[in-house]
Amino acid sequence: MGWLGRDVISVLDFSREDLEALFSEADRARRGELAGALEGYIVALAFFEPSTRTRMSFESAAKRLGAETIGFTSEEATSVAKGESLHDTVKMLDSYADAIVIRHRFEGAATYAAEVAEHPVINGGDGRSRHPTQAFLDLYTVRDLFGSPEGLVYTILGDLRYARTAASLMEALTIYRPRKLYLVSPQLLRPRREHLDLLERSGVPFEVLGDVEEVIGETDVLYVVRVQKERFPDPQEYERVKGSYRVTPELLEKAKPTLKVLHPLPRVDEIDPRVDSTPHAAYFHQASLGVPLRMALLKLILKG
Amino acid sequence: MAEGSGSKLLVSKIREGTVIDHIPAGRALVVLRLLNPPGDARVAIVMNAESRKLGRKDIVKVEGVILSPEQTAAVALVAPKATINIIRDYVVVEKRKASPPKVVEGILRCTNPTCITRKPGEPVKPRFKLVKEEPVTLQCTYCGTIITQEEVVNQLYG
Repeated sequence: MGWLGRDVISVLDFSREDLEALFSEADRARRGELAGALEGYIVALAFFEPSTRTRMSFESAAKRLGAETIGFTSEEATSVAKGESLHDTVKMLDSYADAIVIRHRFEGAATYAAEVAEHPVINGGDGRSRHPTQAFLDLYTVRDLFGSPEGLVYTILGDLRYARTAASLMEALTIYRPRKLYLVSPQLLRPRREHLDLLERSGVPFEVLGDVEEVIGETDVLYVVRVQKERFPDPQEYERVKGSYRVTPELLEKAKPTLKVLHPLPRVDEIDPRVDSTPHAAYFHQASLGVPLRMALLKLILKG
Repeated sequence: MAEGSGSKLLVSKIREGTVIDHIPAGRALVVLRLLNPPGDARVAIVMNAESRKLGRKDIVKVEGVILSPEQTAAVALVAPKATINIIRDYVVVEKRKASPPKVVEGILRCTNPTCITRKPGEPVKPRFKLVKEEPVTLQCTYCGTIITQEEVVNQLYG
């Protein structure tokens, strides 16, 4: 179907061919072949919610492509603080820019923005729902480390209830054929019904469990997410689960030597800093691929 | 209107109106609420009647109300196997099979309090796509939340 002019709301809107095209383009970006490709374009970065990596990597990506960026990084600095609706903010940005990257704390905000805007909308994270560009980056990192996302054993560890990165990765893995997917979390943070339904329909072999030690020995990719403190409706619930899982060098002693640990970052305490110096740590490498991946995405959407 | 006669229950014929048959047992009152008949309309409700198709079923008869297509769609959300008979001059002039709409807009609200459709002041209508007909299962087009049959019944009755 190609990428030109498309909205990027959910990973599930894309085929395997689309993803392969994106990854090849990201390879080109890393070779410096996309420099200046979007000269004269303007990308709006509408971050209604705090962001470090996603916003800065989009900004860096746009600039490396030769595009200009406009935007804001919190609601306080905008008319939203004066009570403006998302609808009206998006209408305005749509007339100022060629594409809009949006992050919002309400789930479905990007879908809605895409209905309102004529220009392509890229979901930079909507509430606990989705974070498609992170999932593209995750798969691209796995491809970079293992040659392909296919046929591997994935363990996603942590807050599977509220972490949109975990949600989008689960969705993304249905496009490939993982050998097995383990979903490991405390009882309170088990995946939401819509994701379990999706995995069942997709035929991905998966298992939901509570203890990562049981599966660490067969895991190829250990994907860790933090407890999403800001999404808990009840702060007491957060207190009950915070610090309930942690990846340590001791745990990784039981792992295959080729196991890689990924994390969308920021981390809090779920990965021991001592893991950083082991050959398993791949999360900083993963973060470094964010710029070329997002360069590829912007370029394909705006110019094909 | 209804009177017992041995093990059978008799309900008199209506001249003009709607008879909704094959409602899952216990949901007649939800269906009646969706029809929202005028206060003076004659209404007959049969609950827990024997049915070969459903085991037990409910039936609702309303005189003077002809179901609109929107109401038919809403009824199908709580009674996906219902048969809707439109009566004129004591005769069934039209028999409709309830069929849950593929897209439901406006009737229900998303159960997720942080769905964009729940954001105050935002001009956006809740919209769901049908992911399963029996039992009815809907998914919010915006945030992806699954709405179960039970939740649909609760909301439409609430």
